Amino acid sequence: MTRFVAGGLLFVTICFTVWFNTVLADTALRATGDLGVVIERGSGSLLIVDQSEHAAIGRVKGLGDLSHASVVFSPDQRFAFVFGRDGGLSKVDLLTQTIAARVLQAGNAIGGAISDDGALVAVSNYEPGGVRVFDAGTMEMVADISTGSKTIGLVDAPGRLFVFTLWDAGETWIADFSGDQPQITRIEGIGKNPYDALITADGRHYIAGLFGEDGLTALDLWQSPPIPKRILAGYGRGQEPLPVYKMPHLEGWALAGDRFVLPAVGHHEVLWVDARSLEEAGRTKTHGQPVFAVARPDGRQVWVNFAHPLNDTVQVIDTPSGEVIHTLQPGPAVLHMEFTSRGHEVWVSVRDAGRIDIYDTQNFEKLGEIAAETPSGIFFTARAHRTGL
Amino acid sequence: MPSALKIPMLAVLLLGSLPAAAVDLPPGRAAELERLVLQDCGSCHGLTLKGGLGPDIRAATLAGTPPASLAHIVLHGVPGTPMPPWHPLLSEAEAQWIAEFLLKGEAP
Repeated sequence: MTRFVAGGLLFVTICFTVWFNTVLADTALRATGDLGVVIERGSGSLLIVDQSEHAAIGRVKGLGDLSHASVVFSPDQRFAFVFGRDGGLSKVDLLTQTIAARVLQAGNAIGGAISDDGALVAVSNYEPGGVRVFDAGTMEMVADISTGSKTIGLVDAPGRLFVFTLWDAGETWIADFSGDQPQITRIEGIGKNPYDALITADGRHYIAGLFGEDGLTALDLWQSPPIPKRILAGYGRGQEPLPVYKMPHLEGWALAGDRFVLPAVGHHEVLWVDARSLEEAGRTKTHGQPVFAVARPDGRQVWVNFAHPLNDTVQVIDTPSGEVIHTLQPGPAVLHMEFTSRGHEVWVSVRDAGRIDIYDTQNFEKLGEIAAETPSGIFFTARAHRTGL
Repeated sequence: MPSALKIPMLAVLLLGSLPAAAVDLPPGRAAELERLVLQDCGSCHGLTLKGGLGPDIRAATLAGTPPASLAHIVLHGVPGTPMPPWHPLLSEAEAQWIAEFLLKGEAP
């Protein structure tokens, strides 16, 4: 009898162990390469999404004021660093779906970047103006670069560099963190009120858009020191600029063929730039003032969303012809678009409808939708492996 | 000063001190304007309106500013800055409503 009971107990124990390990394995072994996060700006939360499942898999709350928030990822694609408007820098663990660390590092911030080696996270601040740099592991501050100006367009560049631009002063600063102490190179003469900047995917050209004048300024980071080169100067000449109800963004300037595309400020058009000469290579009239003009990863299409009050629409431009080939109306307040890493889908946040819409980029069919609270930025973990994102 | 001018001036002063309920908007429009302030104005002024690229426009900061002045800024913008004129999109009554909404400080 005793032997029977003992045998039974052993059997139950083995069954339980097998079951428990299966459950554990299910939860412990999740890859993050097809995950992403969506900023829920109204509720200060982050929705974790699975690209393959077309579904939300969790929500992390308590991230503060997330208007205009942005995200970068650790090289292992496990952690999302969330830059909040209120100066909050949060490190979110996508696997445990918890906040691993959080610092309130300034009063008013506007985005950030992660160094090429993944060791440093930098935050761009309006108040106090400057850039603060943190150890990505411990989240301790390692450098405080005061600029005395609102700071915009912060990106990483190869060689453990951070590059950023001063809205008020019209300067670009390059902070070199390859040595013991950061070395700062200041470049003057960028132009009047640079509002955003980007770095090309190869990490070579840094281009700042100007709000205070028609044009942009390019820096070749392979030069030492880089000499500012004004490009597309006077692109709106002869036309009265329209009121700008939303600042355009310069991001994800994947090369579209041999050209870049970028939004014109105060005009209903996008501008094409020859990638080699940086000369204007054409324009495309659009539905409204573009906010994002983002090339699909292969460059064959450019998807454009628009400023208030025309922000219920998205247009698709065919790169070879430069013509609008499709117009979608996802719904009220389309704020952001994110492509899957090879471009087969695009995810679109429709803020006032409380939805993320998923489209097939080949035939423009809607593949699905995900409920989200006032969604704005969408960030897929593939960004972890791209310079400037 | 001719008395004909005094009456409109008085009217402006009175309007400036009237409570928000004085601005009559069609049903549902107030909720749309509130969303506009928090979400779209919030792009530059922050969702809590404490400032960003644009200045802090919380009630405590704006206290003492005549609503008519704020409504004027909303409608005509601030030349030389990114603050755009909203008159192509908003009526005077709507701008007045926004001015009073900001001064009441009911934004979260």
